[in-house]
Amino acid sequence: MSKITEAAIKEICASCGNDRDRLMDVVNAVQAKAGCVSDESIEAIAKQLSCHRVEVESVVSFYAFLSKEQKGSVVIRLCNDVVDKMNGVDAVAKAFEDELGIKFGQTTDDGKITLEYAPCIGMCDQAPAALINNEVMTYLSTDKVKEIVKNLKACNDPAKLKHRLGDGNNASEMVHSVVHNGIRKKGPVIFADYDKEAGLKNALAMSPVEVINEIKTARLRGRGGAGFPTGMKWEFTRAAEGKKKYIICNADEGEPGTFKDRAILTERADLMFEGMTVGGYAIGADSGIVYLRAEYAYLTKLLEKILQDRRNANLLGKNVLGKKGFDFDIRVQMGAGAYICGEETALISSCEGLRGDPKNRPPFPAQKGYLGHPTSVNNVETLCCVGRILEMGAAWFAETGSKGSPSTKLLSISGDCQMPGVYEFPFGVKVSELLKEIGAENAQAVLVGGPSGQIIGKADYERTICYDDLATGGAVVVFGPERNMLEIAAEYMEFFIEESCGYCTPCRVGNVLLKNGLDKILAGKGEPGDLAMLEELGNTVKTTSRCGLGQTSANPVLSTLKNFRSTYESLVKESKDGMQPMFDISAALNDAETIADRKSVIFKN
Amino acid sequence: MSDKITFTIDGVEVKAAKGQTILQAADEAGIYIPRLCNMSGLIPYGSCRVCTVIVNGRPQSACTQPAAEGMIVENETEELLTHRKNIVDMLFVEGNHYCMSCEKSGNCELQALAYRFGIAAPKYPYMFPNRSVDATHPDIFIDRNRCILCARCVRASRDLDGKGVFEFVGRGPNKSIAVNANARLKDTNLDITDKAVDVCPVGAIIKKRVGFAVPIGQRKYDTKPIGSEIEAQNK
Ligand SMILES: Cc1cc2nc3c(=O)[nH]c(=O)nc-3n(C[C@H](O)[C@H](O)[C@H](O)COP(=O)(O)O)c2cc1C
Ligand code: SF4
Ligand code: SF4
Ligand code: FES
Repeated sequence: MSKITEAAIKEICASCGNDRDRLMDVVNAVQAKAGCVSDESIEAIAKQLSCHRVEVESVVSFYAFLSKEQKGSVVIRLCNDVVDKMNGVDAVAKAFEDELGIKFGQTTDDGKITLEYAPCIGMCDQAPAALINNEVMTYLSTDKVKEIVKNLKACNDPAKLKHRLGDGNNASEMVHSVVHNGIRKKGPVIFADYDKEAGLKNALAMSPVEVINEIKTARLRGRGGAGFPTGMKWEFTRAAEGKKKYIICNADEGEPGTFKDRAILTERADLMFEGMTVGGYAIGADSGIVYLRAEYAYLTKLLEKILQDRRNANLLGKNVLGKKGFDFDIRVQMGAGAYICGEETALISSCEGLRGDPKNRPPFPAQKGYLGHPTSVNNVETLCCVGRILEMGAAWFAETGSKGSPSTKLLSISGDCQMPGVYEFPFGVKVSELLKEIGAENAQAVLVGGPSGQIIGKADYERTICYDDLATGGAVVVFGPERNMLEIAAEYMEFFIEESCGYCTPCRVGNVLLKNGLDKILAGKGEPGDLAMLEELGNTVKTTSRCGLGQTSANPVLSTLKNFRSTYESLVKESKDGMQPMFDISAALNDAETIADRKSVIFKN
Repeated sequence: MSDKITFTIDGVEVKAAKGQTILQAADEAGIYIPRLCNMSGLIPYGSCRVCTVIVNGRPQSACTQPAAEGMIVENETEELLTHRKNIVDMLFVEGNHYCMSCEKSGNCELQALAYRFGIAAPKYPYMFPNRSVDATHPDIFIDRNRCILCARCVRASRDLDGKGVFEFVGRGPNKSIAVNANARLKDTNLDITDKAVDVCPVGAIIKKRVGFAVPIGQRKYDTKPIGSEIEAQNK
């Protein structure tokens, strides 16, 4: 791989207007071209954008898809999410190592292929899956790996690896991917047929305040997880002082087990853009940004094409659909591999060319968001709901669902069930009903809302999915009777450790301590006092963390401590060594034992 | 005094000017809210979380949360003390803190907080991370073993010195303090007179050749606990 020249970097920076705020685009482009953002590149970028080199280094070191070290021209990122592990990713991983002759984290001697792990890439319903550069490979097996590696060695072109293309737009020229939509249950709102443009036309016939009132009457709440009333968010953003305003669509979908936005982006992007345009009109914004996770880069061509079609049809641009004074356009901002960037203020940081650190609140994005301008961040699905509400009316929208949670919710269902995929269920559906429908009636446990949600057991299966009971941004992962729920919890803690931004103490340190405590128990070295210690520690992390990540990251431990207590209790025993809870004496003696080349006489196990 | 905000901390009425944080108002009222990353004169950062208080039933960091009329703040409760001790414990085990040989001992805010909270030894297992020391600068060295990632140096260098010598790299547990140079501190424009050199709460940024000028036993927190200077105003 040839190194990038300073001239090439100059060109990249110039194409981004030498704008420091667009650092993400610059470093993404350099990484794509050179396979790394080296020290020399960092220096050159800083010079070009007139900023400190350490700022650039700070950003590069934050995102998983960026690296200072040279990567191969082909990077294989094998998803090692819990669901992939349940589907045999370990054998697949070994096959990759054997076929390539390298370990994970390494690059082949010829510098061509790098092998890495990635957290959930949004393909749990077709796991094990991997990203090979921007191409997605699904349903991996050891045989498939052999074929993939053989082909890569022959042609070094990931685009040539695809055989059978997926359904719907996946098969289109724009996407050209083997991914399946996996839409198993269509409901009235998202995947039903709809009258294109009707929603936007109706909105433009109303005043912005009337549009907001319509959304409020529909009682639409955010579909991204937090469930904040969308109408209220828009009202605040509209009321906030500022000449320029932004609406941002959160397409970062990173919560392990969530892939419903993937289906929307593939099949209903037009509806999503329509909802965004309505939102722009309602809050008084002239610009929209779609923050797309790097894992979904295979969808960018499709999204850009739809945006262009919309511009051509005057659904975007100057005086949208002839509405005087309403100018609105949308751009796509690529992420670079960071779950935390789904958090709305971290997302804004990332859009501004910064590390994906969340911001202090107040001020809230509605007051001071992107580049200090009032900003509304809305989930992909939320924006689709907006389009349908404006088309069909608030009363229609509230017809389905439960009392406190009107309408439907897309659920991404995976794990130990017969029919994984995307389902549109009315809010208020019982977990037991859902399990029946997906073919998972023998489930031992269900993860509702992803690792930041709750791991529930059979006792809770009559509870309902809605904002007032079991809330979820869309992830439902099912665990069969043979799974070890403590191991699963430990896996999810590992995810949070990897994905914490590291800004605040409880999340940066506490999650590591929680995981270590859990590992000790799993190794059979736990004692009864450890459980109270873990509970207290988990509560500190939950209570004192700065953002939603840390405020929910202890949930795998806390919810299993609550719902699978007997599993913990069967593993812990009174300690004989009289050590502090959570302290693992054998681990602590490891180094000394290696140096002494003998085992401790006193602490034998 | 119509532009003053009135609220309560643990039942005590406190006045604040508009725009003041809970922590600033508490300081003026002689009420000590423990803190580490916060420092007057620097933009509030909200990273250590030691200043966590309960505001109208919800946890907030006192150093970043603006005071508002009628808010009910809880500060000295059993629950919050537990959380704060746990956080201090975390900071100790996350790094390598050998207080007995540290030049900052007695002036260190982390150590002082531990003493104030009655922590003799952290209850979590030490992590013993591998961290680097940079002693290339003629007048100053960084010992990352003791860094608590509070960003005081980052903020002081950027906002007070107008330089931007420090910034963080990496994320999560791999986050560390870096300098604005290809590799070393000596290649930056950090100067011994910079504000950034004086703000470190722990012994991570240390001036050379002034070690132990004040003997241990006579240092800032050797005689009076941290926070007592604030509480003294209350007497
Ligand atoms: C760690 C973290 C990750 C998140 N990831 C996402 C995400 O991928 N997509 C999303 O829409 N919201 C995500 N959220 C929630 C957003 O912060 C925000 O609430 C949401 O985008 C608002 O849109 P909504 O009101 O339409 O749900 C995340 C929150 C946290 C704390
Ligand atoms: S809670 Fe975690 S992700 Fe959020 S700011 Fe703190 S360290 Fe970062
Ligand atoms: S070096 Fe000192 S001031 Fe800078 S972040 Fe570390 S502890 Fe804070
Ligand atoms: S002092 Fe408030 S978070 Fe550190």
